[in-house]
Amino acid sequence: MKTVEDLKRMREQLQSQNRLRHSGGTEIIVGMGTCGIAAGARAVMSAVLEEIAKRKLEDVKVCQTGCIGMCEREVLLDVVRPNEPRVTYGRVTPADVSKIIAEHVVNGRIVEELVVGKIVE
Amino acid sequence: MRELSLHILDLIQNSIEAGATTVILEIIEDTRVDKLIIRVSDNGRGMDPAMRSQVTDPFVTTRTTRRVGLGLPLIEMSTKRCDGYLTIHSVVGEGTVVEAGYRHSHWDRPPLGDMVETLKSIIIANSKLDFRFSHVFNDAEFSLQTSEITSILGDISLTHPDVLEWLDGYLRSNIANLYGGVPYENS
Repeated sequence: MKTVEDLKRMREQLQSQNRLRHSGGTEIIVGMGTCGIAAGARAVMSAVLEEIAKRKLEDVKVCQTGCIGMCEREVLLDVVRPNEPRVTYGRVTPADVSKIIAEHVVNGRIVEELVVGKIVE
Repeated sequence: MRELSLHILDLIQNSIEAGATTVILEIIEDTRVDKLIIRVSDNGRGMDPAMRSQVTDPFVTTRTTRRVGLGLPLIEMSTKRCDGYLTIHSVVGEGTVVEAGYRHSHWDRPPLGDMVETLKSIIIANSKLDFRFSHVFNDAEFSLQTSEITSILGDISLTHPDVLEWLDGYLRSNIANLYGGVPYENS
């Protein structure tokens, strides 16, 4: 049984550690409009969170967004590494998530076969 | 959608897209009067009466990316199958309250489903949102606010691996307690 006290203890521990500060981490964005949810976005989101916890990734930010109009390509998942173009992956399943995180988020290699587009900002 | 918890995720995304900074989610299950009520209240931009009367029409949407909006029509359909109702109260500039009611024991009522995954997604992917949640099952209640967690965490991110693991365990055990009759330790 986890309690709020556990969270307070964890905070103490984490603060006492010498944590590395990264300048702006990688962002992962999951499409959570009606279309995304119906296509399984929540399971993809869960897989992302699980993978972050498993790999102990400390500088990844997770966000959700609404429908961007490519409903037929849902579940859409975007990866934005600092100072790199935003890459959109389509028809993502929970099984694809570990590959995207291992290849792209951690090692910076885009998983070409799942890409639907790249936005250079 | 097979689970009510997926509809809930959808309703909250609507609130966020309406510019809400505070979202309150209430789930009230009372088997003694055979009711299940889901209520989402937000302080988003609200809707005028004309829009309000049209939102359950699938061919009306605020979206500019496509011409159909299925979120509310799908929820309304699920309530109507179960002797239930969908009500929407909205005031421009103040916010919107959407309430979906079901007969708890109705044969066609979708299961509430995996609320832990829905809550994790809302809390972690919208860390700036003032999200408040309460779930009542007969006499038991579990409630939580994002601000309680973030104020304890200070500058530590919600996506820190240890925090993710804690949140999963915390939600899982507290929601299980609602149904299991285990003493409720945070009350």
